[in-house]
Amino acid sequence: MAEFRTCPDTGFKIDLAADKLIKWNAVTAVVFLLVGGLFGLMVALTRWPAVHLLPADLFYLALTAHGLDVLIVWIVFFEVALIYFCACVLLNARMVLPKVAWLGYILMLGGAAITNVAVLSGESSVMFTSYPPMMAAQEFYLGIILFAVGALLACLVFFATIITAKKERTYEGSLPLVVFGAMTATIIAVFTILSGAVILVPTWLWSLDLLANIDTLMYRVIWWGFGHSSQQINVVAQISIWYAIAAILFGAKPLSEKVSRGAFLLYILFLQLASAHHLLVDPGISSEWKIFNTSYALYLAVLASMIHGLTVPGAIEAAQRKKGFNKGLFEWLRKAPWGNPVFSGMFLSLILFGFLGGITGVMMGTEQLNIIIHNTLYVPGHFHGTVVVGTTLAFMAMSYWLVPTLWQKELVFPGLAKWQPYLFGLGMGLVSTFMMGAGTLGVPRRHWDMTFADATLGYDFPAAANLMMGLNGVAAVIGSIGAAIFILNMVGTILWGKAKVPAPAAAAEAPAAPSVTGAATSYGSAGTMEVPGTFVLALIFLTAFILYYFVNWKYLSGVWGLS
Amino acid sequence: MSIFPPTERVWWNQPIEKTEVMWVTIAFVWALVMFFMMPYWHISGEQNLSNEAYKVNPEVYGEKVEAWAEKYTIREEGDTGIPVVRPPAGGDVYMLGRTWEWWPIVELQKGQSYRFHLSSMDWMHGWSLLPENINIQVHPNYEMIFTVKPTSSGEFGVICNEFCGIGHHTMVGKIYVTDK
Repeated sequence: MAEFRTCPDTGFKIDLAADKLIKWNAVTAVVFLLVGGLFGLMVALTRWPAVHLLPADLFYLALTAHGLDVLIVWIVFFEVALIYFCACVLLNARMVLPKVAWLGYILMLGGAAITNVAVLSGESSVMFTSYPPMMAAQEFYLGIILFAVGALLACLVFFATIITAKKERTYEGSLPLVVFGAMTATIIAVFTILSGAVILVPTWLWSLDLLANIDTLMYRVIWWGFGHSSQQINVVAQISIWYAIAAILFGAKPLSEKVSRGAFLLYILFLQLASAHHLLVDPGISSEWKIFNTSYALYLAVLASMIHGLTVPGAIEAAQRKKGFNKGLFEWLRKAPWGNPVFSGMFLSLILFGFLGGITGVMMGTEQLNIIIHNTLYVPGHFHGTVVVGTTLAFMAMSYWLVPTLWQKELVFPGLAKWQPYLFGLGMGLVSTFMMGAGTLGVPRRHWDMTFADATLGYDFPAAANLMMGLNGVAAVIGSIGAAIFILNMVGTILWGKAKVPAPAAAAEAPAAPSVTGAATSYGSAGTMEVPGTFVLALIFLTAFILYYFVNWKYLSGVWGLS
Repeated sequence: MSIFPPTERVWWNQPIEKTEVMWVTIAFVWALVMFFMMPYWHISGEQNLSNEAYKVNPEVYGEKVEAWAEKYTIREEGDTGIPVVRPPAGGDVYMLGRTWEWWPIVELQKGQSYRFHLSSMDWMHGWSLLPENINIQVHPNYEMIFTVKPTSSGEFGVICNEFCGIGHHTMVGKIYVTDK
């Protein structure tokens, strides 16, 4: 029989088994953020031409480890914590099969450790993507497979828990929107992991000499079904967090359940086609296939993101206007709690993801435009705009609420926490921007020496490219300080944080109880008619999007003829 | 509130607020514009990759490139010993990627079209023509063929932008484009 405690801040019933699992997964995530982040800093300092920190072999090793530890290990551990939180805490439900959840945790941790050892021993500097025919040590693949099996078990526990919660009537009616989002992420996760199994199991067998050959094109098509889809899980998880934080801080309701849920549904149906984004300049794939897949059919997953981009701030605007912040277009936004890292992290994540990650991703995912972008530094520039200032920043924002609430402790450095999202957002936002800038000048990704000092033939990049790589290094240092403050705050709070004073002092800051928010209106936009401020922001976004998109067609039209 | 179940059980009948309807409509129209830009560019744009590719054995490909290079070599690049190959205008051009060079150096004529062949002898490579910034993924066992028409002249670099081992950053080739 599951034992529960009641959260003094929120009134949710928390299954003690789930409580423990959420905490362990979250803490493990943060540890890997530290490890992977340090590798990332070393990579950025090596690519800073004036510093050029690591020798070539260690650079390629650090880059492989950086990709694995932050892009996969940090994010997936945090996501497991998140889906357990959504399934158990938000539904007041008992966790089904906690032992399976622990097995999943052990497999993930063991797998991550095995792959890390394989990389650090120097035999597997094959990059995160591990394209054949270049072969890593067999443990490299084995570790990833074990990690994925562990993550699959976590998905299983999630589904079993929400189904049981429904049966046991721990909640009434439909799933809360945030849990619906978590379910969307988990469904995409299952697709992702199965794609990974289809390609990584044969690749592992190949590394054991049990299979003669892995076709490189097949590998890229299927591997990216895993690699890109795993990033789509992040998008959905981060958007669920945006909705959750809007609800927690403002009592915001979705403007319309139908629209927001419909947008999540579009993700389930179309996001997985994005494997094609990586294959637009590969041989042997037809243009028709490329166009259909790279555009998610008719850009229907982009449409979904644009919808969330309106409905999340829209829900906040509606809630703020109801509280009386009604002056002009933007009083609701100006009077938002910008000093609270939960809010500032979330809102920066929303803005930076849209402008830096979103627009650029759609642009370079266009079949022909990809020709002038593919494998340049523009690509990591783009995904630092999605995964770092989007997903990671959203996860940080959520942690500022989740950690003090679950552990019932005060943040150790609230003053630093206030600045942290700005520091991290600014630093990593600039990292993203400078990498994209260098990429448009042709600077390659995954490259130790852009001066080509040891090459027989050379190539000279324009001075601007070197300057941007230097600025990228500076920005990475700023971002790393931001990340370090976050990690320090989380670890410090868990280890030495003062116990929270239970109600009534805490209750004042706590999210409004359902009875309070349920009072006035039945859905988010009722009673306020409109969200004009958000609409203006959305139009600004669209204008930037359209301009940027066509500027790149202009660039493309200037290069050599290809047909 | 988004962290609680919808307050009304039958939420799918609630009206959608007009800002949302407008935005969804605008966004969908924009999605269609972006979608149709791609086929449109295939019809009237000058920069499209062909779909022509063949399975090829790396050794066979290597022999083809060498035979072709021998036929059209016009000089060697400085004291590097790398041949500079100038094929007839409108003809085939071959280049191969291997650890760690793009071979051979090619000389083309501005304004002429060439059938460009690319493949790898070993790992995957990334063919990146600079400063044009034209980038193509090069696989072993696949020969990709596309038409190239240089519209500017001078000396162009070809670097590798797919990681191909410890010497990856030394993999540089060259293309000359002459005005006549």
